[in-house]
Amino acid sequence: MLVSGVSRSYRGRDRTPVRALAEISLHADTNELLAVVGPSGCGKTTLLELICALQPCDAGSIECAPAALMPQRDLLLPWLCALDNATLALRIARMPRSQARERAAELFAELGLQGFEQAHPHELSGGMRQRVAFVRTLLSGKELLCLDEPFGALDAITRAEMHTWLTDALRRDRSEIGRRTVVLVTHDVEEAIVLADRVAVLSPRPGRVVAELEVGLERPRSRTDREVVALRERALIALGSESAR
Amino acid sequence: MRRRALHALPAIVLIAVLLGVWELYVDLGSVDRLVLPAPHEVGGALWENAGFLASNLKPTAEEVVLGIVLALGSGFALAVAIHLSPVLRRAVYPLAVGSQAVPIAVIAVLLIFWWGFGILPKLAVITLICFFPVLVTTVDGLASVDPEQLKLLRTLDASRWQTLRFAELPAALPAAISGARIALTVAVIGAYIAESQTATTGPYAGLGHEIDADLTALQTSRAYAAAVVLFVFAIACFYTLALLERRLAPWAYRSRGELR
Repeated sequence: MLVSGVSRSYRGRDRTPVRALAEISLHADTNELLAVVGPSGCGKTTLLELICALQPCDAGSIECAPAALMPQRDLLLPWLCALDNATLALRIARMPRSQARERAAELFAELGLQGFEQAHPHELSGGMRQRVAFVRTLLSGKELLCLDEPFGALDAITRAEMHTWLTDALRRDRSEIGRRTVVLVTHDVEEAIVLADRVAVLSPRPGRVVAELEVGLERPRSRTDREVVALRERALIALGSESAR
Repeated sequence: MRRRALHALPAIVLIAVLLGVWELYVDLGSVDRLVLPAPHEVGGALWENAGFLASNLKPTAEEVVLGIVLALGSGFALAVAIHLSPVLRRAVYPLAVGSQAVPIAVIAVLLIFWWGFGILPKLAVITLICFFPVLVTTVDGLASVDPEQLKLLRTLDASRWQTLRFAELPAALPAAISGARIALTVAVIGAYIAESQTATTGPYAGLGHEIDADLTALQTSRAYAAAVVLFVFAIACFYTLALLERRLAPWAYRSRGELR
């Protein structure tokens, strides 16, 4: 995925244009997990929508494989059970229901969702809903996955579990599918470092890349690893945060 | 069962109080019995004419039930068409609104000319009155899908039809049924208007027809008894639709937190 010199503005409340992204350039290699961190409102969601071709760029260009979006809120359909929500992309691609369900059932077992196939979204915990949404994104068959603060709404303990789980799921997925590039957007610097191969730090609005950090640590990583903490400090300094001191 | 009974208690108490006030009002001689019979007289008429009223309820109930089904179907279909085509929306919406203002008497003769005195002209009247609330609520329901949800479906390459099938139609279903519940309350009055306007002959021609005949013949208590039957019938239909909604769209029921 290659984002070169992309800008995007939208119309603000009093009709004056607000610049969300200013000449942003990013790249993610095949099979890489790129995390994009930045303060709230720095245009992270806009960036993902541009990558998913949900909005046009004002300037610059994006070259990438077709992308699937995992939105901030899980957006599961309340009238479908977990399995049918997860297989939405397959059903849209006109795969017969029983076949689609079989494919998702395997992933459900791997991701600790077995027994909840027939449950409706309201019967699932927040972490489970996110996992179902993730299966839905995986089964889209897209090479590029765009995850928009996937764990933002979860409590700290569940979030840590989800990090371990996502690392595992992606490793397994890559060994099966072969190619899967992930762009993860988050405002949580630690989350970015624990999960990503590389971290791009964005400035406040209009968002631009102020630093790029190679993580290159062995997985699984923990928030308390010395290297993780060191990288976190560097990222926070780049963000201009007081808490770095 | 006991919980059900407890649930209905406030309504029963309220009705009892209203009946008491009504009884006193008539017994104190405030009004001629031909204008307003006392509840005990209405009760008596109800008892004596039970078979007669039941036979007259049958055609009226058929009209109401079939009319609601037709209104639900046509209102839903028209709403989907309007949702898919802005041009159609601009063309049809004003007409649909205007159609609600046309007094039925104006078109009654035409309906009889087309379909005679059978059930058809009555169904046409009820459908005309009832499709509108279904149309309005369904159009809103179709448009109520979260825009983020629509974006997500776009990234999954959903076609227009698939977006409709997976997201918009299920979202609109509870709205359509709510529309039908509103429509139902006017459907009963609609049935009365239809029977009165597209006059029918025969002994058991419906409660609306019967009410007209009884009022002319100064059989006021029986007319009131027929009104009581319609009153109970409307309540029964309303709660039947509520049950249907719970079966067809349990997610909507849950999100309103009414689950007991």
